[in-house]
Amino acid sequence: MVERLEENVKLNVEEILKDLDKYEPKWRGWHWREENKEGKVGEFTYHEISAPLKKSHGLPAARSFEGIDPQPRPVITTEIASGRFEDDLRRMRMAAWHGADHLMVIRTMGQSHFDGLLEGSPEGIGGVPITRKEVRATRKAIDLIEEEVGRRINFHSYVSGVAGPDVAVMFAEEGVNGAHQDPQYNVLYRNINMYRSFVDAAVAKGVMSWANILQIDGAHNANATAMKGYKVMPELMVQHAINSCFSEMVGMKPENIALSTVPPTSAPAPCMRYDLPYAVALRHFFKKYKMRAQMNTKYVESCEREATVGHTLNLLISELTSVDIQSTITPDEGRNVPWHYNNIHAINTAKQSFLGMDGLMDMIELKKTGYLPEKARELEERAILFLEEMIEVGGYFKSVDAGFFIDSGEYPERNDDGIARKMNGGDAVDTIVLRDSDYFAPVCGHFGFNNVPSEYKKPCDAISECTLCNHSKIQYIDELDENDNVFKRMEKVKEDGTIIPEVQWAKDGYVKITLFIPENEQIAEAAALEMGKRMNLINVEVLHKQVLQKAEGCLVEIKGVCDFTPVKRDELVLPKRRKVLSNQVMKDYVKEHPIKVAAATVGEDEHSVGLREVIDIKHGGVERFGIEALYLGTSCPIEKLVDAAIESKAQAILCSTIISHNDVHIKNMRKLSDLCIEKGVRDKIILVSGGTQVTDDIAKANGMDVGFGRGSNGTAVASFIIKKLMGIPDIEEE
Amino acid sequence: MKREDDFEKRREHLKGLTEEQLYDRFWNLTEQIVKPIVDLAYTHTSPAIERSVVLRMGFSSLQAKPLIDYGTKYNLLGKGVGNVILTYAKLKNMDYLKAGEELAKGIGWDIISEKMKGSDK
Repeated sequence: MVERLEENVKLNVEEILKDLDKYEPKWRGWHWREENKEGKVGEFTYHEISAPLKKSHGLPAARSFEGIDPQPRPVITTEIASGRFEDDLRRMRMAAWHGADHLMVIRTMGQSHFDGLLEGSPEGIGGVPITRKEVRATRKAIDLIEEEVGRRINFHSYVSGVAGPDVAVMFAEEGVNGAHQDPQYNVLYRNINMYRSFVDAAVAKGVMSWANILQIDGAHNANATAMKGYKVMPELMVQHAINSCFSEMVGMKPENIALSTVPPTSAPAPCMRYDLPYAVALRHFFKKYKMRAQMNTKYVESCEREATVGHTLNLLISELTSVDIQSTITPDEGRNVPWHYNNIHAINTAKQSFLGMDGLMDMIELKKTGYLPEKARELEERAILFLEEMIEVGGYFKSVDAGFFIDSGEYPERNDDGIARKMNGGDAVDTIVLRDSDYFAPVCGHFGFNNVPSEYKKPCDAISECTLCNHSKIQYIDELDENDNVFKRMEKVKEDGTIIPEVQWAKDGYVKITLFIPENEQIAEAAALEMGKRMNLINVEVLHKQVLQKAEGCLVEIKGVCDFTPVKRDELVLPKRRKVLSNQVMKDYVKEHPIKVAAATVGEDEHSVGLREVIDIKHGGVERFGIEALYLGTSCPIEKLVDAAIESKAQAILCSTIISHNDVHIKNMRKLSDLCIEKGVRDKIILVSGGTQVTDDIAKANGMDVGFGRGSNGTAVASFIIKKLMGIPDIEEE
Repeated sequence: MKREDDFEKRREHLKGLTEEQLYDRFWNLTEQIVKPIVDLAYTHTSPAIERSVVLRMGFSSLQAKPLIDYGTKYNLLGKGVGNVILTYAKLKNMDYLKAGEELAKGIGWDIISEKMKGSDK
């Protein structure tokens, strides 16, 4: 039994799969992030952050801000569903370390039409077969992960299709925290009979309410399905209203009802003029419910940059209005089933944007007159007119039958291209049955007429507790298929000391290659595929291409599977890492033997951040140990630096070089060394070179004593200088 | 139906409403539409609902399927399949889980159908 995770040890999926028959969820319901009122993180005060994580990875730029990792206030969602849940568990851990606390698992293709629960752990297509085993194993892994990062994590999937009530019960039993539930989704997109969908939904919602599962509706699908996403805004409000009102009337608490909202438009359209009034209108009409802001998927193409910018604009809408749950869409949504690292990118797009916009609304406000409120009101009125006409034709079912929904005209305009569903048609037609006067369901969380005999206080007294009241009554089924299951899949990718890159599944071997090819599009594409093959890739496919100029060239991104002898872990020669002296040893030494260094960014180079960090006491630089630094600024001539060092009797020169065009960084190192030799001071001055493109090997080969590359800090630099002055050899340790 | 955007004409009666009145109207209309659906759901059940009942009673999904298939065949869904199982258990003086196991195998439906006055569909 795994008690807790060790941060340097991989998640042991085999252990997770053990003793699942006895596993009970640790908590139920939904978790909102804890407020952080004080808002102090590092040197900054934030206005919109939540409690920090115990363990996490910050944004890349956090390096320049003392490694802080503030957590925005909204819950952050990522969708992880590669088809093999065992691999998804590892991705979930990575996502949690970057700040996701709502993990959503999409169901495998066709599960909506499966009449009952799926069991076991078969492989999915475009999602994961949601079975009790998969859910229980995932919940178990998430329970460990949330313990590790120090924040509860919401686990989410879908309660829809012809087995909605079955799935809702399983979710309530297994501690699922959030679920999509919207009967309109069944009706419009899955063509499941409308009466059956709503009758089922009431019971599913009743069970979800019992377990305090947060509900997200399905209205965003109208945006994705409609010919023009931005024309269906009045209808989207109607869909949100029907599901929210229906949910509340069958007993769901308003705080457990969330709207799935999507900014419906994307650039090059002037999307803010559409998306912002819509967001304002929604937050007016639906103020008692929660806002789950989804990012736009309809207009995502294969360009990851374009997707990320679009999503950032979506985040601006969230900041300008409000958001309770911020969902994220991976930048590779338009290419393939999301890859591991793209989930992380998407989470970080949200985190980065929210932190950057922290407190924005304290400085600006939305206008209360003019286009914005007028447009918002227009949308509200259009939605009301939609409802009026629904009543006129005889209610919801008749309206669907008449093709009211997903029409490409902005209501009241109609283009006669909506999705019409027959009242007496669809999957599972004629399957609802009137409950007799002696109808009795001896279980908890049941919606609808229930003739519970008067001798029972609660319905399940008749069976001495239902599974909702007593988890041990659940019958756990492990596997039904002896070939299509997690054990068989894991056997094939057993740990054997090889290291193989992956994008979604263990040892899948996929890599992406970015090529600029100076040819026209057609030639560039063909050439890229051929180049991929010559790079020993198999199954080479084009992921993305973009013409930079018709004749001058084309950007092509390809993917393929590595087909070379796998790298083995124990055959690798790892670069040595220096062991640094302790802070106290360094401080004591400098007290006794004052040290001075001359430092500058040399050449025509205005970069100052890295060197300042290595020097400044505030950033934990060399000054922290008492070393005196003579800082000569940026774009400093080598001569000036050497002269200053000689004049001030500095024991070391810190030479920063960031720009590396034409190897200018190497030329400057060489020049520094030559000049010191020429002036006869080379043996008196320690030459330290640093920069993002600098390595210890390059530096040494060009006359330096040492080189510090990306990610180095003042402590390492100080330690090197002091060791050298102490006469301790520069011992390297792994 | 094809129709030009006649928003300006249609909105005449909404023009003068305050934001609050607009809000109330939106939700009143929604409730009017939703209320009959809630009533339909309150008074009806379905195979999936009955499966969800027997799952909550501690039967597996593999047992739930035949239990509901037989219940449908004998037109007993309107009684509640959980109710059918409990009634059968009482009749046979056995534990309800055992009773459900028998019914899932197709045993006992004639007796219980007779007792609960369902009719063969």
